[in-house]
Amino acid sequence: MSVTFELNGRNVSLDVDPDMPLLWAIRESAGLTGTKFGCGAALCGACTVHVDGEPTRSCSVPVGAVAGQRVTTVEGLETGGNKAAKAVQAAWQALDVVQCGYCQSGQIMSATALLSAKPRPTDADIDEAMSGNLCRCATYVRIRAAIHDAARRMEA
Amino acid sequence: MIPGFRNERPRTELPAASRRDVLRGGLLAGAGLLIGFTLPARGPAPAVAATAAAGDAVMPNAFVRIAPDNTVTVLIKHLEMGQGVTTGLTTILAEELDADWAQMRAEHAPVDTAKYANLLFGIQGTGGSTAVANSWEQLRKAGASARAMLVAAAAERWKVPASEITVSKGVVSHAASNRSARFGELAEAAAKQTPPTDLKLKDQGAFTLIGQRLPRLDSVAKTTGRAQFGMDVALPDALVAVVARPTRFGATVASFDATAAKAVPGVVDVVAIPQGVAVLAKGMWAATRGREALTVRWDESKAETRSSDAILAEYRKLAATPGAVADKAGDAAAALAGAAKVLTAEFDFPYLAHAPMEPLNCTVKLAPDGMEIWTGCQFQTVDQANAARVAGLKPEQVRIHTLYAGGSFGRRATTNSDFIVEAVAIAKATGGKAPVKLIWTREDDVRGGYYRPMYHHALSAGLDAAGNLVGWRHRIVGQSILTGTPFEAMMVKDGVDATSVEGANNLPYAIPNRSVELHTVKSPVPVLWWRSVGSTHTAFAVETFLDELAHAAGKDPVAFRRAMLAGEPRHRAVLDLVAEKAGWGTPLPQGRARGVALHESFHSFVAQVAEVSLDKDGRVRVDRVVCAVDCGVPVNPDVIRAQMEGGIGFGLGAIMAEQVTLTEGRVDQSNFHDYTPLRIDRMPTVEVHIVPSTAAPTGVGEPGVPPVGPAVANAVFALTGRRVRALPFAKELSV
Repeated sequence: MSVTFELNGRNVSLDVDPDMPLLWAIRESAGLTGTKFGCGAALCGACTVHVDGEPTRSCSVPVGAVAGQRVTTVEGLETGGNKAAKAVQAAWQALDVVQCGYCQSGQIMSATALLSAKPRPTDADIDEAMSGNLCRCATYVRIRAAIHDAARRMEA
Repeated sequence: MIPGFRNERPRTELPAASRRDVLRGGLLAGAGLLIGFTLPARGPAPAVAATAAAGDAVMPNAFVRIAPDNTVTVLIKHLEMGQGVTTGLTTILAEELDADWAQMRAEHAPVDTAKYANLLFGIQGTGGSTAVANSWEQLRKAGASARAMLVAAAAERWKVPASEITVSKGVVSHAASNRSARFGELAEAAAKQTPPTDLKLKDQGAFTLIGQRLPRLDSVAKTTGRAQFGMDVALPDALVAVVARPTRFGATVASFDATAAKAVPGVVDVVAIPQGVAVLAKGMWAATRGREALTVRWDESKAETRSSDAILAEYRKLAATPGAVADKAGDAAAALAGAAKVLTAEFDFPYLAHAPMEPLNCTVKLAPDGMEIWTGCQFQTVDQANAARVAGLKPEQVRIHTLYAGGSFGRRATTNSDFIVEAVAIAKATGGKAPVKLIWTREDDVRGGYYRPMYHHALSAGLDAAGNLVGWRHRIVGQSILTGTPFEAMMVKDGVDATSVEGANNLPYAIPNRSVELHTVKSPVPVLWWRSVGSTHTAFAVETFLDELAHAAGKDPVAFRRAMLAGEPRHRAVLDLVAEKAGWGTPLPQGRARGVALHESFHSFVAQVAEVSLDKDGRVRVDRVVCAVDCGVPVNPDVIRAQMEGGIGFGLGAIMAEQVTLTEGRVDQSNFHDYTPLRIDRMPTVEVHIVPSTAAPTGVGEPGVPPVGPAVANAVFALTGRRVRALPFAKELSV
């Protein structure tokens, strides 16, 4: 069986079981490994992608459910022309947010979605949007600072 | 970051073998032989090794490769697991090389113990916050040696005295003749020079990179999805393996029925291995569904069947009796008997899981005459030997590709190489037919053991009439991390595992009569070092009990400690600094309180002041943590700050709400809904202050962790009057 959807701006048809989680379709079938497996239960956010622009935990969505929809992974941010994504990646690099880095694709996808919806988020907005993304290195001080920094970059 | 070797202070002189390694390496035959991932500085980041693009790159020594395109690649003998080691070690070498930061790259070194041993361990491996400490002089010399060879090559080419040549930001110049060359132009000629035997290292005042804020070498790759972790290795035709493991530690497979598992589409094979039953499939989805369909009967005759509460009750009984002596001074019993006031306190610490964000994984390609392994490898020498033994090969037939690790916190540094050996066992059981990629699920990780051990502490202390601390007895009960491992001979002496008592048997405080004792208990539950190891529990017990004693003596907690630190200037300096920066003693808004703690671990000194309040729901909230750290020469101040921030968040999550408990031997927790590290909404603001120092640098991966728990607990007491002595806080308080 195959499932067709738009992945980072290109139509793909993957020969997979529609019940397979989107995460494994992206990683193993499409070969894009920037989206990470962390918990398999939508508890850590490492697998966050955008489905039609909405932040989505790809480990807990069957690939069949995104048929015909627009899926963006971290690999698609740079070419997607998303102003928020560009600002987020620049801020993340300027502030050296990352440590081990494993959760950061998911953090960046969540932060990009937040800033796309709310270009000037408050600390409370950040808590709400980002609490689903665990970082075991606890880079949270810099994640918060980088989101505020990205907001400033978007205005500039 | 991680394993807690109570090692000697970092040596200032290299052992002879290492000194030789700084010498000539010569031309590298085929740069592609060196496998690893290039971690570019700012700019486009190739997804995989750029070694092929390096062309005729040459290696003046084992730690540096200079390419015609003018890039300089440092070979990193330690594992990058987030602690910033690639940036740190590259900085040290680049400083003495007088390179430009923009030209620097880094990649993980291959396994080669003769060249790449951790000089404090004698094996190739990362842990104990030793990476910068053991590499400091080695990499300075490697950089200086390569620089001297570049200078010699330029002198020869230009026919000028070497003494007239200068090097700055990657350019070699001769001012008098107005000639200059970039490293890349001189590299091949430099590699043919004889390495100098008499190296002059820079005065610290001449440093231009060390001490500066330099961008991390891995930021771009890790913000674009291009960084390659073990989880991202995809060999053609590889099968994904998941393993059904016993639900009770110490159980073994009695029998299994694979009929239903093999009927799952995509499942290719089901094999028994010593650790359990492995299901191999074309992809993770099929593998996990196959495992769900598997039926396994376990032999639990030797398994742990107790609940953690029952184990703890046994620990409490043991704590009432004298244990093996870990530290002794004066006569603690007499001092307690004669004290004007005696305080006692007992503490419980749970098992803790490391739960690195990247679930454990390992890819193995086994052939009759050799084996390749891809993983976030932390103990290269040990892992190579263990993998070879299981495969029936010689260690030199095992090639390990070290990839970025998505965290470790100690979990990857197992002395039995547990998850690597598991992958090798599966490859062997399937006859090496296809490469095997073993993946643990999060449930496998949380339930899989290798925990920070559970401990019980019992303390008694006596104050004299003037409120001076005159007697101290500290008993610790728990499993040994190192007994029964190859590290036992080095780390377990007279029944005392150094990792059980570190931070308790080396108190900096001048207490005249002390007795620190240890009871070591046995259990089939596998235990392991966990970021800051013994200090995860000893610092909490010592620093909260000192706070109680200060209050009992009617003294200020900072002044009480300070008075006992006359002979410890570095402890005292971080305590003074944190008190000043936190405004210790100044009024706080209503509903806020402060607590302080001080701890040395891995030869770095850290003091923290926490400010806490109760939120509108009555939950304990840590609002702010001020941190002072002395880790010798601050090589990368921003990486130090990052490690303190992260260490504080890591430690805070643990004391607030993390625990692994057992019910009749079975782990109660399974994933991040019930094993709950800190999330962003509970992260305090953090201010880090670094003590300027010219002392040899020491580690920062672990030392930020120990003080936060006791600082917060002391603040909670100041706010609420409650002493929390059983962790995590969530057992007794709303968090």
